[in-house]
Amino acid sequence: MPSIRKPGVTHPGLARNALGLTIRDYEGGMSTLCAGCGHDSVTAAITQALWETGTPLHMIAKLSGIGCSAKTAAYFAGGAHGFNGAHGRMPPIATGASAANRDLLCIGISGDGDSLSIGLGHLGHLVRRNVRMLYVIENNGVYGLTKGQFSASADYGSTTKRGDANRLQPIDPIFLGLSLGATFLARGFSGDKRQLVPILRAAMAHHGLAIVDVISPCVTFNDHEGSTKSYLFTRQHDVQMTVTDFVPPEHEIAATIPAAGVISVPMHDGATLRFRNVPEGYDPTDRTAVLEHLTAARGRGEIVTGLLYIDEHASDLHELGNTSVQPLAQVPYEKLCPGSAALAGVGFH
Amino acid sequence: MVSEIAAAARPKVNDFTIKLANVNGTGSSSANNLLMRAIFRMGVPVSGKNLFPSNIQGLPTWYEIRVNKDGHVARAREYDVMVAMNGQTYAQDIAEVEKGGYLMYDSSWPLDRALIREDVTYFGVPLAEMCNDAFKGPRERILMKNIACAGALVALLGIDMDVIAQLLTEQFAGKEKLRASNQLALRLGHDFAVEHFEHPLPCRVETMDATRGSILIDGNTAAALGCVYAGATVAAWYPITPSTSLMDAFAKYCAKFRRDPETGRNNYLVIQAEDELAAIGMVLGASWAGARAFTSTSGPGISLMQELLGLGYYAEVPAVVFDVQRTGPSTGMPTRVQQADILSCAYASHGDTKHLLLFPADPAECFEMAVQAFDLAEHFQTPVFVLSDLDIGMNDWVCPALEWDDSYTPDRGRVLDADELRELGVYHRFEPADAESVAARTLPGVSELGAYFTRGSGHGSDGGYTERPGEYQEVVDRLARKHTAAAEHMPAPVVDDSAHAAIGIVTVGSCELAVREAVDLLKERGIAVDHMRVRGFPFGSAVRAFLDTHDTIVVVELNRDAQLRTLLTMETPVPKEKLHSVLVYGGYPMSAQDVVDGVMPLVEA
Repeated sequence: MPSIRKPGVTHPGLARNALGLTIRDYEGGMSTLCAGCGHDSVTAAITQALWETGTPLHMIAKLSGIGCSAKTAAYFAGGAHGFNGAHGRMPPIATGASAANRDLLCIGISGDGDSLSIGLGHLGHLVRRNVRMLYVIENNGVYGLTKGQFSASADYGSTTKRGDANRLQPIDPIFLGLSLGATFLARGFSGDKRQLVPILRAAMAHHGLAIVDVISPCVTFNDHEGSTKSYLFTRQHDVQMTVTDFVPPEHEIAATIPAAGVISVPMHDGATLRFRNVPEGYDPTDRTAVLEHLTAARGRGEIVTGLLYIDEHASDLHELGNTSVQPLAQVPYEKLCPGSAALAGVGFH
Repeated sequence: MVSEIAAAARPKVNDFTIKLANVNGTGSSSANNLLMRAIFRMGVPVSGKNLFPSNIQGLPTWYEIRVNKDGHVARAREYDVMVAMNGQTYAQDIAEVEKGGYLMYDSSWPLDRALIREDVTYFGVPLAEMCNDAFKGPRERILMKNIACAGALVALLGIDMDVIAQLLTEQFAGKEKLRASNQLALRLGHDFAVEHFEHPLPCRVETMDATRGSILIDGNTAAALGCVYAGATVAAWYPITPSTSLMDAFAKYCAKFRRDPETGRNNYLVIQAEDELAAIGMVLGASWAGARAFTSTSGPGISLMQELLGLGYYAEVPAVVFDVQRTGPSTGMPTRVQQADILSCAYASHGDTKHLLLFPADPAECFEMAVQAFDLAEHFQTPVFVLSDLDIGMNDWVCPALEWDDSYTPDRGRVLDADELRELGVYHRFEPADAESVAARTLPGVSELGAYFTRGSGHGSDGGYTERPGEYQEVVDRLARKHTAAAEHMPAPVVDDSAHAAIGIVTVGSCELAVREAVDLLKERGIAVDHMRVRGFPFGSAVRAFLDTHDTIVVVELNRDAQLRTLLTMETPVPKEKLHSVLVYGGYPMSAQDVVDGVMPLVEA
């Protein structure tokens, strides 16, 4: 993917994070996406969230498949390693990277074609393995690079620019995740960075696979009247199911007393998630309740956003494999080779 | 009942072949193993080949044991002794016995008179009857029938009963009840044969000292051990015959050797992937992040991995792939052997790609080449294939006890650490390249100075995206040079040109034993041939020299389309017309007779 280096000028007044880095340090190459593309807003939100976490750049691994979304991995955290693999195959590559080095903060950037069509099987199994990573789906319902075909997330009845209506049922990654046992499910809108950044921070801190489905309109092929993934349609139908505050471990929570409509969920690393404006009966840790609410909302034609479901207790890939705390890639060879003496008992003598 | 023909048969001490026809899922394999192991323990070279169906229970399955004092234990197509335990295949099995040979059957039921051959000696043993009397429960009766059958063979073939008793003691240590019933069944068969038949037969086993220092092991187990010793920590795979036992063995040995005694945690991770696309993806991801990672598969898996193998090649990410070859195309015959993935591995994936291939010929080489594969993959930053096959992978072979040099250090290739990156200042992924056209790579998690974007899209030497012809070509030309540079790193071919003959046989992998035997058979006929077994691709100078110095080359391989021959024609300057083929591709291993039959017309021409 083409990328253009940004001018290296930094404003002296920019805020610095715990590592002394400014947000500019977490930026990447210049985007070559269309002007107004939702993906660029997602990139900005990821950049902001990464800067806030204070993660050293070399500990970030960016992984993507193929498509407009996949390009965006080059547009943030330029000081981090990236792996732009093959269409739909990012989940296995990310699984391998995470298997080899569990200390990496893996960030997968995908799209609806990548995740819900060609790579759907891989996504499903990534969920089952609960690989610890942030998995962003930049969801626009359309294939951009091949000029406007419907993707698997296109809503029934949504039309192309020419007016052809989609007659296939959409695949919704949130419902998919709920049925497969996903441990972190959120939906955002590229047009709402204020909502998205705390969700991304929570996702980065999550103990397992965090899927963040972001409605990210395609200004060139899917932003017209008749599209259900346009800016206008999304704004008109966006219903925030929850408002989430991410409270990092270093910040003490002022009130542990349960307030009406507020649910606190402690995270594995000591951070706390505070869900505000939660509707009655909604519990983001109760899969059945979440499924009921989302099903009802779908019936009402709402595009539900927010951090929708979280399970901090499920075992992740490395717990399931009982792997060493030291990343496998760093275990010294001497600990790996049993030596000549161990061969004595090998084979039938 | 000893026929005249059989009585006149020449003694075949330590030189005969038995074929056992069974129904799969009846426990015949443990009886077959017992016989083979006993012969091995008696110091006699032996091979056991399992010709099994792709099925769990109820279909015909055969096991061939070849005993040969000279070590010629390739598959033989003639059977001196047939053990016909499967009514479904009586007619075929009886027809396959050599003239003057022997056939044992279960005489609990009468044999169809139409199946009686005058030139074969029949031994009827009432196996079902005796086991029904001695054992309770249908399952035990069926299992013990096979052991009783082995008991009768022990008597007929002169196998040492003490050796058998010792094997049962070892096999059923701590399971006294099982040992006792096996011992009883053996004894039933043995005593019946002793009482009713003249024994031992002219084809029989006598103690030798030819297996000292050797072990019985299958290639998949040996390859898995190679991965453990090489320091592989991440393994990803999708179950497929005949490679499954490789990953099973890896997991087993890791559980034994790789669990940290202090923490109880594993210094390895085996991931059963959702498909082979995912398996190779996980391997690439793990290698990219700095682990030694591998997958094991067979032909259909290689087909599914094509796209990402090209990514590994172009993005220069190490990967080790074991392809335990079976009969293709498509599903083919999953439990039968071929060497038919040579070309699909050599040029795996779309676009201009060329890979590094290793060709083990036996389990010992599976062990060695597993280690070499990781060294080559990391040295050259590219996928490496180990092309084993079903015969090597799943059958037990007599081979020298595996050895390990404790001074071995892995060749991790050119990888820059944080200090080196600081010194360097500006890092470019693909430059500067060294004399072998390899550039230094960096790993995530080390230093932001080494950050780069790994991509399968067009890139220049700095690693950045490009669509410029010159920049693109600079990279792919270097990849071609890198492939060429690897030739002299591949294991040298095994060459015997002591006959200084005009004819040279070229072969690969598991055909080696058949070729060696054929060379001896041809020698007996006064025909001298040299031979060479290639062990790696790209081909090095020794391969080219052998091709240069022989007027007629016969390429012996297990596929229809002469894939090794094609590769030799494309990748060496050898004139095509010099190359002839011996091709066996019905799913069974190569035999010496196949090779002799293929070479003779060329000699006579």
